[in-house]
Amino acid sequence: MTETGACGLHCTKINNISVKFGKEEVLHNVNIHIHCGQLTVIIGRNGAGKTTLLKAILGEVEHTGNITFMDMKEKVAKKIKIGYVPQSINIEKHMPTTVYDLFASCICHVPVFLKKDKKIYQEIKEQLKIFGAEKLIDRSIGDLSGGELQRVLLSIATKPVPNLLILDEPVSGIDKNGTRDFYEIVGALKKKYDMSILMVSHDLELVKKYADKVILLDKEVIREGAPEEVFNSLEFRNRFGDESK
Amino acid sequence: MEVIYTILETILPFEFMNYTFMKNALIAIILVSPIFAVLGTMIVNNKMAFFSDALGHSALTGIAIGMVLGISNMNISMIFFAVIFALLLNLVKNKTSYGADTIISVFSSIAIALGLAMLAQSGNFNKYSSYLVGDILSISETEILYLFLAFIAVGLFWYFTFNKLNVTSINTTLAKSRGVNTKLIDNIFVILIAVIVMISIRWIGILLINSLLILPAASSRNIAKNMRTYHLFSILFSLFSGISGLILSYYWNIPTGPMIVLISGMIYFITFGAKKLVKE
Repeated sequence: MTETGACGLHCTKINNISVKFGKEEVLHNVNIHIHCGQLTVIIGRNGAGKTTLLKAILGEVEHTGNITFMDMKEKVAKKIKIGYVPQSINIEKHMPTTVYDLFASCICHVPVFLKKDKKIYQEIKEQLKIFGAEKLIDRSIGDLSGGELQRVLLSIATKPVPNLLILDEPVSGIDKNGTRDFYEIVGALKKKYDMSILMVSHDLELVKKYADKVILLDKEVIREGAPEEVFNSLEFRNRFGDESK
Repeated sequence: MEVIYTILETILPFEFMNYTFMKNALIAIILVSPIFAVLGTMIVNNKMAFFSDALGHSALTGIAIGMVLGISNMNISMIFFAVIFALLLNLVKNKTSYGADTIISVFSSIAIALGLAMLAQSGNFNKYSSYLVGDILSISETEILYLFLAFIAVGLFWYFTFNKLNVTSINTTLAKSRGVNTKLIDNIFVILIAVIVMISIRWIGILLINSLLILPAASSRNIAKNMRTYHLFSILFSLFSGISGLILSYYWNIPTGPMIVLISGMIYFITFGAKKLVKE
């Protein structure tokens, strides 16, 4: 199922990304080609530089190399719109930030400490509805379950619809079913919007099932290709042993 | 100024309002309370309480350096040093992934030790020891003007950048993905805190200034359910403790700073108790 849904009309390229922390090179010449309508998943051990790569793509850590985005139909390079779902956010139980407050802070300029903007409120509700999360709009973000929070963050990341959706899969707070739901939603998004999706994941079993393309990262791209191809490679077994079996 | 005095006298026809210093102090409190209250909301959200405390301690060094360089206006040297200190702290805080509180503590101790040493050496310590506790009744009209300008600056900054600050506080990378210049905003934020703390420190005191930034917001956070009530309660608590603290300190002959902080502290414990009732 490597080519499902890909229209091939958009192309995101990550070119020669290298990151250094002090003298230590954390990422070395990473090149990735991301197709639209595909779920590309980055796997790798702890400390392999997965999150750092995402942060480099988003411009949060200093790096060399660049990201280009081409609209093949118009044959022009465009500024890429990136949506991002973080792995964890800075929250506390009962904190006075509601889903509306967080969402509105991301999409509009009217400060959220003033009166609620009815139009924006409605817009947010519509967007949350796509992910079955419209009931959460007035809840404190500190009181959501892991799965609920993830749906809220996904709905924020996809408004407006991005060219590239970057997902850092949460490691804690989500049970097996929650993770499966998450992959289902991501799969639906991919089809519906023909989006390019780049994800960091720790659940190899689900990666095998849902990913269109897998990238094995260990400071550089060690191996890339269809899931079976990567999972059966020697490089993979060297790093994960028989975990995947 | 005369117009404002007349208005205040009409609204508050009490004996203490006959004194100009009380009128000035009241105006100062009405201006500075909302500033502290709103800045506090983000300081508490970002867990920066210790950071702003360290910033307050740098005031002494600012004064001492100003004296050595022969700057006549202490406000300028204090603000200048505090801004540099704040940016430096911010830089160090972002560079280290853990143990930020240790580093802040190191900076804070050095700042206060350096300030004390330099002041004592030049024989000026007694002259400036009043900065430790502060004296609100000595506030001058020029200082009220500074406060008014700060009030406007903070208001504008808050109006135009609050949403960005809010996202940054929840997740920096998320903010970055929404096109927020997180470093710039964070730096402006700490510069504002530095400036406000420095222009208020002479009459609130180094020892107590941080509580005015933290307590109203922390109390509000106990009971607020969203950003609107968080800000509203914080401003109300701050104004209430400021004004009632000033009035009570007049009648009970207690310094104003400590009185305000005691009232804020009481509010904190009341809201802490109410937390369960409100939030469950």
